[in-house]
Amino acid sequence: MAKLRIPILAAALVARAFAQVDFSGEWSPLYHEDAPERLPGPELGDYTELPINAAARMRADSWDADRISVVEQYQCRPHGSDYSMRGLGNLRVWREIDQTTQKLIAFHTHMLAWDSERVIYMDGRPHPPDYAAHTWQGFSTGAWDGNMLTITTTHLKENYIRRNGVPRSEQAIVTEHWTRHGDYLTVTTVIEDPVFLTEPLVRSDNWFVDPGQHIGIFGCEYAAELPRPEGTVPHHLPGTNPFLKEFAGWYGLPYEATRGGAETLYPEYRSKLGEYKPPEKCERYCTCTTLFNCNLR
Amino acid sequence: MKPAQFVSALLLLGGAVCAQQPAGDVHVLRVQGGIYMVVGGGGNIAVQAGKDGILLVDTGLTELAPKVLAAVRTISDGPVRYILNTHVHADHTGGNEYFVKQGGALNGVPGEPRVIAHLAVQERMAGPPVGNDAPMPRSLWPNDTYSTPFKDFFFNNEPVFVYHAPAAHTDGDSIVLFRRSDVVSTGDIFTPGRYPFIDLQRGGSVQGLIAGLNKILELAVPARYQEGGTYIIPGHGRLCDEADVVEFRDMVTIIRDRVQDSIKKGMTLEQVKSARPSFDYDTQYSGSADAFVESIYKSLKR
Repeated sequence: MAKLRIPILAAALVARAFAQVDFSGEWSPLYHEDAPERLPGPELGDYTELPINAAARMRADSWDADRISVVEQYQCRPHGSDYSMRGLGNLRVWREIDQTTQKLIAFHTHMLAWDSERVIYMDGRPHPPDYAAHTWQGFSTGAWDGNMLTITTTHLKENYIRRNGVPRSEQAIVTEHWTRHGDYLTVTTVIEDPVFLTEPLVRSDNWFVDPGQHIGIFGCEYAAELPRPEGTVPHHLPGTNPFLKEFAGWYGLPYEATRGGAETLYPEYRSKLGEYKPPEKCERYCTCTTLFNCNLR
Repeated sequence: MKPAQFVSALLLLGGAVCAQQPAGDVHVLRVQGGIYMVVGGGGNIAVQAGKDGILLVDTGLTELAPKVLAAVRTISDGPVRYILNTHVHADHTGGNEYFVKQGGALNGVPGEPRVIAHLAVQERMAGPPVGNDAPMPRSLWPNDTYSTPFKDFFFNNEPVFVYHAPAAHTDGDSIVLFRRSDVVSTGDIFTPGRYPFIDLQRGGSVQGLIAGLNKILELAVPARYQEGGTYIIPGHGRLCDEADVVEFRDMVTIIRDRVQDSIKKGMTLEQVKSARPSFDYDTQYSGSADAFVESIYKSLKR
């Protein structure tokens, strides 16, 4: 009997340890959700599916894409960790295990875009005080909900929820739910931003296991490439942005439907718009074979 | 000296070590190199501590000075040798007298700390009070002023640069750079999360404020991918780096441009306020948007 007890006990310990899912490995992104927004990039003036408030809308209307090139400090600015899941999201995950206790201290992630690295603490440590610095990746802690990993991120730097100028503030709290289904990983992201959102923004992204994946070096070096007066900040004065209605025109959408807001997220909003009349000829992404081989016109 | 062992490291965020402190609501955050940030004593206070003693950038409110000193003592028990005042306001200079009095009594080191500020700070303190403000007692005045574009000296094994930012938040603003530690202390030129107060009555202006913010950006060098590198201690609010200053500079510049455009169109102050040129920032920045817009308008109309 004594001999039998030892292997049973050992098996139980091993079983408990692996009841928590391991996300370690190389993951390649699937872009079937929101593809045009994520890879070619969003259109100017496209605020659809975003529960933004009027302040966020005005901020996005004022945004001038020249800022990315003219202002050096923007040239190498990375995505926030909430947005990086939607971009060039080739992902590597590895675990940090305490050698003595064999307890999980943290998950680490590396993303292709801007070589972003992130730590998701699993050891119960508190979040920093409000006077601590914010980072692009923020400060993340994780907890298990069955086999699902729920991650809470605070201390993010101000960034965007869509890279056409729709802002996400440094006050946002981001909750992620990581679920592994065999060789697939689903991450559901919930952004709560008291500054720019009237209700939580929920999005999901997916990856598949890709053991042969090699993530190269992203690399970026900022440089003054355009002559400009010191302190130039490109932006559109209120009411002067000439590009805001292009998106609605290309897709045959009522302009007000492209302006975002919580109401526009729900199916009931369709009844307000009447019958959809597509444009007479295709204007955008008409000859795509893949997302990397996609002619705008 | 009793530096890091009395600062219980909780966690790291871009090189910043957070510490719980026993001094009520006054907290200490280690920044990097020999620099710490003391928060909760009025305006933020930068502390440089080392073998030569202690240097303070600002001294907080008068009534909170003992708590600030208790917080500083968790970093070092060395003598306070230098006090730099970034500007005249009482939430940054109120503890001057208290710390000057502590100076000679610390470890038997004779002499008062040098209290350095731009000449305009002393002139404001010595001049007639503004509005309903009480006169600033002589005991709060700096005892060493500069009137050049910048001043530098060497302390605790690092160069310290003090740059004058003319007509910014006030007319006597200083930006302090700790060159070896790679930390900048800005005073109220930079206040993340709250609209800047442009003190027109004490010589402030929106153009000077923007020039001051651009000066901070000139001094700051980010590390990889626009994060960390030079750390920025603002006059109020959390520890920052260059990217945070960029957001703030952009906000002030964009609202300035909108108000300027309204002035060109011949709009009155009331019409400009009604147009709400800061509307898209009002949910993000605390403080009075109306007062901020008014100060920009009046500054541009001068």
